[in-house]
Amino acid sequence: MIKFKSSEITPEKIYKNRRNFIKNLGLATGSLYLSTTSYGLSSSTDENELRNQITAYNDITTYNNYYEFGTQKADPHKNSENFKTDPWSVTIEGAVQKKITLSMDDINKLFATEERVYRLRCVEGWSMVIPWNGFPLKNLLSKVEPLGKAKFISFETIYDPEQMVGQRYPILKWPYVEGLRIDEAMHPLTFMVTGLYGKDLPNQNGSPIRLMVPWKYGFKSAKAIVKIKFLEKMPKSSWMIASPREYGFYSNVNPNVDHPRWSQATERVIGTGIWTPRIKTLMFNGYADEVAQLYSGMDLKKYF
Amino acid sequence: MYKYSKVLIFFLCLWPIYSLSYYIYFNQLGPDPIKKIMHHFGEWSLIFICLTLAMTPLQRITKSNFWVKHRRMLGLFVFFYVSVHLLIYVGLDYRFDWNSISDDLIKKKYIYIGFSAWLLLIPLALTSSQKMMIKLKSNWKKLHRLIYVIAAFGILHFIWMSKTIFFEPLIYLIIIVVLFLFRIKIRKST
Repeated sequence: MIKFKSSEITPEKIYKNRRNFIKNLGLATGSLYLSTTSYGLSSSTDENELRNQITAYNDITTYNNYYEFGTQKADPHKNSENFKTDPWSVTIEGAVQKKITLSMDDINKLFATEERVYRLRCVEGWSMVIPWNGFPLKNLLSKVEPLGKAKFISFETIYDPEQMVGQRYPILKWPYVEGLRIDEAMHPLTFMVTGLYGKDLPNQNGSPIRLMVPWKYGFKSAKAIVKIKFLEKMPKSSWMIASPREYGFYSNVNPNVDHPRWSQATERVIGTGIWTPRIKTLMFNGYADEVAQLYSGMDLKKYF
Repeated sequence: MYKYSKVLIFFLCLWPIYSLSYYIYFNQLGPDPIKKIMHHFGEWSLIFICLTLAMTPLQRITKSNFWVKHRRMLGLFVFFYVSVHLLIYVGLDYRFDWNSISDDLIKKKYIYIGFSAWLLLIPLALTSSQKMMIKLKSNWKKLHRLIYVIAAFGILHFIWMSKTIFFEPLIYLIIIVVLFLFRIKIRKST
């Protein structure tokens, strides 16, 4: 990861202005998947403005679901301060020709980072827009040769109850496990994150390396990953084990399929204050053009 | 003496309003302010239910009827805070979008049971006056035992909205169970 001197870090305001400037020039292609088209829904321009406005750094880093560091939204910020992310390595194993282990130094050298501004939609019905830094997962996966029988990939968060307070309690089955189908994992939007706002990834956001799958609910994007496994069979994620009725393997953002606890039709945009109404949730979180074909012919009510 | 303590307790019962004003004034509501305000009143509702139910045991323990004299006011504050909690959900979070709200009510059991608890509180609030107490005679006591059902609904509401096993709803559950057992013991011993 590129290390910035503090003087080189772009202040949030200027950073946002620069983004708007780029957007206005219409140069925002490639890395900026944040589309400004309305996807044919009856959403107003006001709503789109809310939907595309980058969330403040402070909100992104103090409002986190990261149960390894506590179940309250402010806990990860407080409890992850001394979390050690160096040394760190990621092992890719399972149904592959030869398993490999890469240190964070290796990863930073091997993969050029780029910026992606993605919407993040939590299953609880709130959302943010976050400028991530990282590289496509497929670049990382290309370092191994998967066996023909491999169909799925699982991601495992580090297990370290000494450092992670939440892991001392059976809140979920530890270590945290999430999974993707291989074609989902190889999709160009699927991203490995090592930074945000042009800075190192804060501990509470999943440092040193995390997944980001923008068309799925936030919990699919595992944090502080140490293990990636190629598998023949669909893995059971920690949330599927905790409550199979509520959490499916796919967990695609879908306003038409309700979660037993939260309506998924609308979402509250974080950082907009109490007088701002909810906005409509978009199919695949607004990435339908890019990803809908992955699920063609599938009953998304059944495969939730 | 009772007059003064009544006024004092009334102002103490407004604590959730003071603390919320503090959060608003010092910008402490955080990134999701609506949820914060909604949970604030939800939690204080549960606390006031516990306080209301604690009055009879306290009377027994301290052998003073100071406590029971203030029970009615505490109970009315339960109704007040639950109503504010509901109003924030309906008005601030859902902008009186009745379609979404009725959808929630039918599909989400924690919404359903929370709303039921509020409905059950209405007859209690309406019959809280001295007049109604005399009018209803022994039925009044029976009616007001509904508070136990309401307490159970309130805790279920909290448990069902939690994503996994959380400690907070369990703490309330333990408190309510202890208070309930106290009551049974009292009734047996008298």
